[in-house]
Amino acid sequence: MSENMKRIVIEPVTRVEGHGKVSILLDEQNKVKQARLHIVEFRGFEKFIQGRPYWEVPVLVQRLCGICPVSHHLAAAKAMDRIVGGENLTPTAEKMRRLCHYGQVLQSHVLHFFHLCSPDLLFGFDADPAIRNIIGVINKFPELAVQGVMMRKYGQEIIKATAGKKIHGTGAIPGGVNKNLSIEERDSLLKDLDQMMEWGKGAVKVAKDYTMENFDMVAPFGTFDSNHMSLIREDGAMDLYDGKLRAIDPEGNKIFDHVDVQKYTDYLLEEVKDWSYMKFPFIKSIGPEKGWYRVGPLSRINTCDFIDTPEAEKERKEFMALTDGKPNQITLAYHWTRMIEALHAIEKINELLHDSDLQGTDLVVTGKRREETVAMLEAPRGTLIHHYRVNKDDQVEMANLIVSTTNNNTAMNASVTKVAEDHLSGVEITEGLLNHIEVAIRAYDPCLSCATHAMGQMPLIISLFDHEGKLIDKKTKE
Amino acid sequence: MSEQIITITIDGQEVKGTPGQTIMEVADSAGVYIPRLCFLKGLTPHGSCRVCVVNVNGRPQTSCTQPIANGMVVENDTEEIKQLRKDIIDMLFVEGNHYCQFCEKSGNCELQAVAYRLGITAPKYPYQFPNKEIDATHPDIFLDLNRCILCARCIQTSRDVDGKTVFEFVNRGPEKKISVNADAKLSDTNLDVTDKVVDSCPVGSILKKRVGFAVPIGKRIYDKEAIGSEIEKG
Ligand code: SF4
Repeated sequence: MSENMKRIVIEPVTRVEGHGKVSILLDEQNKVKQARLHIVEFRGFEKFIQGRPYWEVPVLVQRLCGICPVSHHLAAAKAMDRIVGGENLTPTAEKMRRLCHYGQVLQSHVLHFFHLCSPDLLFGFDADPAIRNIIGVINKFPELAVQGVMMRKYGQEIIKATAGKKIHGTGAIPGGVNKNLSIEERDSLLKDLDQMMEWGKGAVKVAKDYTMENFDMVAPFGTFDSNHMSLIREDGAMDLYDGKLRAIDPEGNKIFDHVDVQKYTDYLLEEVKDWSYMKFPFIKSIGPEKGWYRVGPLSRINTCDFIDTPEAEKERKEFMALTDGKPNQITLAYHWTRMIEALHAIEKINELLHDSDLQGTDLVVTGKRREETVAMLEAPRGTLIHHYRVNKDDQVEMANLIVSTTNNNTAMNASVTKVAEDHLSGVEITEGLLNHIEVAIRAYDPCLSCATHAMGQMPLIISLFDHEGKLIDKKTKE
Repeated sequence: MSEQIITITIDGQEVKGTPGQTIMEVADSAGVYIPRLCFLKGLTPHGSCRVCVVNVNGRPQTSCTQPIANGMVVENDTEEIKQLRKDIIDMLFVEGNHYCQFCEKSGNCELQAVAYRLGITAPKYPYQFPNKEIDATHPDIFLDLNRCILCARCIQTSRDVDGKTVFEFVNRGPEKKISVNADAKLSDTNLDVTDKVVDSCPVGSILKKRVGFAVPIGKRIYDKEAIGSEIEKG
């Protein structure tokens, strides 16, 4: 740490998945120089995978995360498809996996929105933490709370029907899937679909109304111009399960487009910083200084040309109209776009449940064996990259996983810095500042470690250091 | 001359058999399940895992090796015996690296199934996290000693059924382990994927390559019924 900076540490960030710790570096004038979000990430996993047989990996890597295991499951399965030469899946296999993924996106997005964010949105960031939590929501907005629970449950039922279990299932295997969707499973999921559609639209409205009604506060909150990246379909449509890479600059110009994911290392690099376990990816052609980007719902809505389901497309158009079709940079608009995606997921689930390919029996294909493989998936939190090398004895030799939260690493730091600059006064961490920082980080829905999800309040320790790195103040919030 | 009938009781129930039969054999035919791991039909029982221990006239004996005798009083389903079995299973779990969560044998694993049947959710002893070997050299078979419970079924099956001697034990005590033909690699042996030994392993140590998770959850052997149900149903 540089000599003339003070450091304020806030830890752990409550209501994000896992643990986080924030340091705010002050200069001699006590102005914010930089904010750092320290993420405890379990890199050991990549080591753990080494030596394991490749067919085990899609099930093994789910243990990386207790909150979006399906994303890792599917990304690893997609990677292993290429190892067995089975990347051209049968229609049944691809659609079963897509159904599983949309179920996962739905449950993850609604969990985040209804359980973790709605307290901030419904009560305001500065409300008493005693009511600004999910219990407060249940008391004051019982209908909304129930919708959140039921939509999440629906997403989980889809995961169970496609992967065998609500959490840590086994559905996707190299080259395909191990089951199709029975008529009974299909019919039981179809039963609640209309209700989901209605609630999905309602959720978009809650997020939209919140943004518009509080626009003056929301628009600048932790906001800055950035590049955005996501997968897109061949025709430019949003595609959460597969596609090629597109990155756009703050003006919406394409930095690269339709990049084959196998070649990602030609376009993306990862920077290591001494103060963080988590790497900082950036776009190679621009460099680390300006080449970082955002991923996730906001980025996907920004990068895609259109959404191929009518209701979500209507919402996307309305959202993009706000910025005249240019990329929207409002950090808190992650919530709105997250709900547009939840609606898109419900529409996709509807499409798939009416597709008889899901009852097909041709489940697995294999072809020419490969030794190296890259797979990408648009996980709920953003682009997820799995890269493996498998030796001739079928053992994983190398694994490199770039998770969504890593892709958003620099962006989250930028948002925290922005909020700290705007809201820090003096050298004291006020409750207000603390809340604002949490809200900014939470917008990205980061999964900060592979730790299991702890719902509700977690203790919060705030440390204040002077410019010599000495602790001068410490606050703890239970 | 009709064959001599021997009568014993198991938990108070009268069970009949013939001379030379073991307690486990007559229990099986009477529909009484005695938990087991190292026992495999067709192999000579050797009582090494001790999971099938029962009280015979008040003394613990392995039921897979103990021949019946007239008037024997056998206790199988008692708290004392159950606790003894649980302790053995607990030790097997902590002595290896058994990650059921991502083991492809999960749902088809006898160790896991017996643990569930006995109501074990987590072992009470501390995990040892030992270093174990993997042998992936064979084109069709994967050997992962992290999960080996030293039951010897593979040794016997390879020798007595397949007529090969692919596996053997080496070392003693905590160092005891399965070895492949005096420390060669699996690919150096005459092991073939169609050999019976490949299906003899009760856990996920000897696996056919590339099968993985092909059987969905719900369709695996112990997804629907607890281990031993097939014996109890007769
Ligand atoms: S490898 Fe399997 S069959 Fe052989 S001793 Fe170990 S557990 Fe038993």
